[in-house]
Amino acid sequence: MATDSLSTALADIGLSLDDPRAVAAVSLIWYEAHLLDARCYEDWDALWAEGGEYVVPIDRETTDFASRLNLVYDDDRMRRMRVERLTGGLSISAAAAARTVRSVSRFVVTGREQDAIEVCSAQVLVGYKREETFVLAADVTHRIVFGPGGPRISRKIVRLVNSEDTVTASGFLL
Amino acid sequence: MTPDVSSLVESDRVAGTLYTDPDLFEREMDRIFHSTWVWVAHESEIAKPGDFRTAWVGRRPVIVSRDRRGGINVLLNRCRHRGASVCDVPKGNGNGFTCPYHAWSYALDGTLRGIPYPEGYEDVVEKKDLPLQRLKVASYAGMIFASFNDDIEPLEDFLGGARLWIDRFMKQGAGYPIKVQGEHRFRFNGNWKIQLENTTDWYHFPIVHRSWMSSVDAETASMLSIMTDETAVTHALGNGHSVSVSVAEHVDLDVDDGTEKLQDRFSHIVEELSKDLPPERVRRIVRSLHGAGFNLNLFPNVAMSMAFFRVLRPLSVAETEIRHVALGLEGGPEIVNRERLRIHEHFQGPFGFGSPDDAEAWNRVQRGVTGGTDMPILVNRGLGREKPNDLGQPTSHATDETGMREAYAMWKRMMTDGN
Ligand code: FES
Ligand SMILES: [Fe+2]
Repeated sequence: MATDSLSTALADIGLSLDDPRAVAAVSLIWYEAHLLDARCYEDWDALWAEGGEYVVPIDRETTDFASRLNLVYDDDRMRRMRVERLTGGLSISAAAAARTVRSVSRFVVTGREQDAIEVCSAQVLVGYKREETFVLAADVTHRIVFGPGGPRISRKIVRLVNSEDTVTASGFLL
Repeated sequence: MTPDVSSLVESDRVAGTLYTDPDLFEREMDRIFHSTWVWVAHESEIAKPGDFRTAWVGRRPVIVSRDRRGGINVLLNRCRHRGASVCDVPKGNGNGFTCPYHAWSYALDGTLRGIPYPEGYEDVVEKKDLPLQRLKVASYAGMIFASFNDDIEPLEDFLGGARLWIDRFMKQGAGYPIKVQGEHRFRFNGNWKIQLENTTDWYHFPIVHRSWMSSVDAETASMLSIMTDETAVTHALGNGHSVSVSVAEHVDLDVDDGTEKLQDRFSHIVEELSKDLPPERVRRIVRSLHGAGFNLNLFPNVAMSMAFFRVLRPLSVAETEIRHVALGLEGGPEIVNRERLRIHEHFQGPFGFGSPDDAEAWNRVQRGVTGGTDMPILVNRGLGREKPNDLGQPTSHATDETGMREAYAMWKRMMTDGN
């Protein structure tokens, strides 16, 4: 009985591996992590749907990002400028970027719409720069839309565990 | 061992060991951070009775609180019983502070109000003798400073020539009071004075911030084309303070000869504000969107830079925490406050287009200097063209190192009793 209701709950909200859209979304999220670690920012930008929203908030509770100070609050224009900054050769911190390796896991599907799903995950990033190795952990929420061109990211919110404390990051993206 | 401190600072150079010597760092904590006025908060952060936030004075954790009578208190965050910190959240509102260990409770002004199971203290403890340690507090134009030194000079005297510039800075409110809208915090591996120097260092701006410059519109970039601008000047203001003007026509935002064209990037804001406000009010508000046209550096730990506060906290001789505090207009138009947040995010913070490049440069200074501490740090740029202004303040170009010379002269006085 208990097992039955658990499996029902998992089918409702969890990651069902026989749900092709969930699998496609997770594949996209993993591929995104791969591109960010490899610093292939132009390719990363191509994963986004038009009108995408990319946010690294300071306030972990808020959903009203526009009226708060964030670490990153990008529309398409800001995100493309960010890519340009990281690839354009004018930034000394981008040139000396930390090397990163990140894992994304603990996937849960938290929302389903007709043409989109929302997936929450845990991200643990290990970075290395100048004799120092550091860890950044975050709860991540992706909204993945399914259009004619395949799945794309339409929203990504990265809630760092330490967002309200000091955050030291250099030359990479979450 | 006491180093011969006075030999470390000359008028045009300072010793590399100022960034690397742990003994000097200890001495700085005692003789500067634990002795002078240190900025702890802005009044908007503790606007209502019961509001509090935590802060640091040097290496000591403090609580800044607003009591029921409206008074501002700065209290050492350390229980008088056996030393636990009594407040563990960055900010909040409450009736006071209760120690988690044995529940001694303190009022918002630090008075010891309650001791559980008091029988054991009969004839031993008088509550009135054991308040939280109170620091001396003063505020100017909403800027709250505190000091562990009861004999410190009045804050207004300490600020001296900087007061005029603090008043001017606050004019970016365009008639609304300034409020804190949030902050970015990050650390860099380098000595605190590397950041102290940077606030009035316009020399680095077009070099280190090329990436930011190339990402903003042409009007904003040309507004900050300092190198060739003769109206961009630095003044030494005394007591270690200095100011660097970047946009001369925004030094006093109340003064407007009408010739300045409002930036195209703000046209959506002009349109929105014009629905409710007359054109001159709209113009006054929009002209102030980038903040004041200067960076004011207040020795030793706070700067008022264009549209934000920069607060530094020394952690160790080679590690510093920086806060960039975003400012807005209390009761002002929402669209303006949001635009100010977006401008702040664009430059500041660990993912901004400006701060990471600064932090990279400062870290490189620390690494380089550690490799050659016997060689001096040069702060002689502009010495040949430095002249007193009509207030007698040493003045040179904004890319010159007049502000650094002023800060190091104050450092030397404080570190050596003026000898
Ligand atoms: S240490 Fe605070 S009550 Fe004992
Ligand atoms: Fe800078």
